[in-house]
Amino acid sequence: MATEATMAVRAGRGVRGIGGFVVVTALTFLGLLAITFFIGRVVPIDPVLSVVGDRATQAQYDAARIAMGLDRPMVVQFFDYVWSVMQGDLGKSISTNRPVADDLLRVFPATLEMATLGIFIGVVLGVPAGVWAATRRGEWVDQVMRVFALLGYSVPAFWLGLVGLAIFYAGLGWVAGPGRLDIFYEGLVPARTNVMLIDAALAGDWDVFWNALSHLVLPASILGFFSLAFIARMTRSFMLDQLGQEFITTARVKGVPEWRVIWVHGFKPIRVPLITVIGLSYAALLEGSVMIETVFSWPGIGNYLTTALLNADMNAVLGATLVIGSVFILINKISDVLYRVLDPRSK
Amino acid sequence: MSTRDWLLDDSPATLTQANLGRAWRMMSALMRNPLAVAGLLIILLLLATALFAPWIAPESPVGQNLQARLLPPSAEHWMGTDELGRDIFSRVVYGSRITLMIVALVAVISAPLGLIIGAVAGYFGGWVDRILMGLTDVFLSLPKLILALAFVAALGPGIENAIIAIAITAWPAYARIARAETLTFRNAEYIQAVRLVGGSHTRIITRHVLPLCTSSMIVRVTLDMAGIILTAAGLGFLGLGAQPPLPEWGAMISRGRTFILDQWWVATMPGFAIILVSLGFCFLGDGLRDVLDPKQGGEK
Repeated sequence: MATEATMAVRAGRGVRGIGGFVVVTALTFLGLLAITFFIGRVVPIDPVLSVVGDRATQAQYDAARIAMGLDRPMVVQFFDYVWSVMQGDLGKSISTNRPVADDLLRVFPATLEMATLGIFIGVVLGVPAGVWAATRRGEWVDQVMRVFALLGYSVPAFWLGLVGLAIFYAGLGWVAGPGRLDIFYEGLVPARTNVMLIDAALAGDWDVFWNALSHLVLPASILGFFSLAFIARMTRSFMLDQLGQEFITTARVKGVPEWRVIWVHGFKPIRVPLITVIGLSYAALLEGSVMIETVFSWPGIGNYLTTALLNADMNAVLGATLVIGSVFILINKISDVLYRVLDPRSK
Repeated sequence: MSTRDWLLDDSPATLTQANLGRAWRMMSALMRNPLAVAGLLIILLLLATALFAPWIAPESPVGQNLQARLLPPSAEHWMGTDELGRDIFSRVVYGSRITLMIVALVAVISAPLGLIIGAVAGYFGGWVDRILMGLTDVFLSLPKLILALAFVAALGPGIENAIIAIAITAWPAYARIARAETLTFRNAEYIQAVRLVGGSHTRIITRHVLPLCTSSMIVRVTLDMAGIILTAAGLGFLGLGAQPPLPEWGAMISRGRTFILDQWWVATMPGFAIILVSLGFCFLGDGLRDVLDPKQGGEK
């Protein structure tokens, strides 16, 4: 009976945990909407002008003012804005003359493709590098990793992109240049998912696949470098915490092989916190891709955002901000929940 | 009694002596960390460069010389020349002033803002705390660069607006720290004592709460400097920050983008300056954290 009571309490706590999660996430989204609303309607001296552009006639201006509902109270405007965003209406872009939501849907897969390959590189290289540095604490490997990690915080992404282009594309010719495909490969495969590698593989056109990969590998590696720096540093510090514990000494005394001590006894407990770190760096990659995409003319959401910025296309800017912000929040919250679900101590 | 003994005296006679002694101890702890010393030297170099730019730079940062366009690095032009024949080294030297101004202004705006919001939230607790921290959390859960981009887009391009936008995105981290610090000593006896003597809330917060938050704040601001420099350079690169002909490093890289395949030095050289200064702040921040705030030091 006591167990039943505890079970009930536990279940209640679980429900409250999930309910709390939903409420907090919803409030955060509302906060994000408030910020984009504030940026779009309050910060500009004349929000109408920032939407129609300064070449609009007086009639267009007045029509836009009424259409935007700027004559109504601010609170009504805000709830109206929240309502339309919830229905997927982000307004119209003045540069492409299409709904912003459609544009974003079209460009997002390109960003996803690059960021996913980037995080893959970061995890595959960063985790072993961090573990290695932890087992060789204070030695040259550790020092090199430390400088490498600090460089990850100090090198501008766009600069590294340009230098990468100069060395690997212009200098050595190992990779293809900016863009997603060479011009004569464009339009050869049907766009099913808009993820070029998958589309090419589905169509069985391996020439296009290899061309797409050679365009993708440099920007993705540069993105990967930044997550590698962060992941390796965090892995190292988690690992050091574990390796200092008594059960590690016990395992060694019992004669467990060193690789087993490190990868089974040491590494197993840090998998859960690592998930959070990887989630955070994945979200950070989406942010970092803005700069990288601009340098590599990569037709993703970052490039869309910066083009819109230069054209003062406010609907597009706010739409892209909203989408990147939402993905950011979602990844953060999901890795938070995963941590709680997977960590046995929180039960 | 030597000066050193006077500084390290266990029972200082005056407040000044105690403060100086503490500063001396921190300095000597910092000096034992080679990376922190390197960071400090880099930042001193930045300060000196910014201060003495007219004497260090061989040429004017804006003077054009179309006969000397796009020259590679040489003894005369250490970093080469750009597309208008301007000496890149001179522009990088003058650019240090802009970088310094940006980081200083962002720190001056966002650190006190975060400090006050965090301290007020932590000190009063309850609804004030919930509202202020809710706001902070929303800002913290958003990508900084994107938020700064959107703000600049609304405010219009320019260096002042870039500074405002970066400051708006930088304060929440400081508010979190200030709140956490305040919570640890909110109910301490000396705070109660001030309250009993009749000290007002304003007096308690400004005279007794804020000073205790400053050390962790200094660490965090120093560590954040690299990020601020990168964001500012990124805004400059996108054409949203400092406008030409200002020699801002990010904007210079952006100009050199067109020539990256043939005249690599135009875009590359200002990047080295950014990396050097950012690394300097990272090194110093790491060292300061070990000295001022050993409890959260990541290095073991």
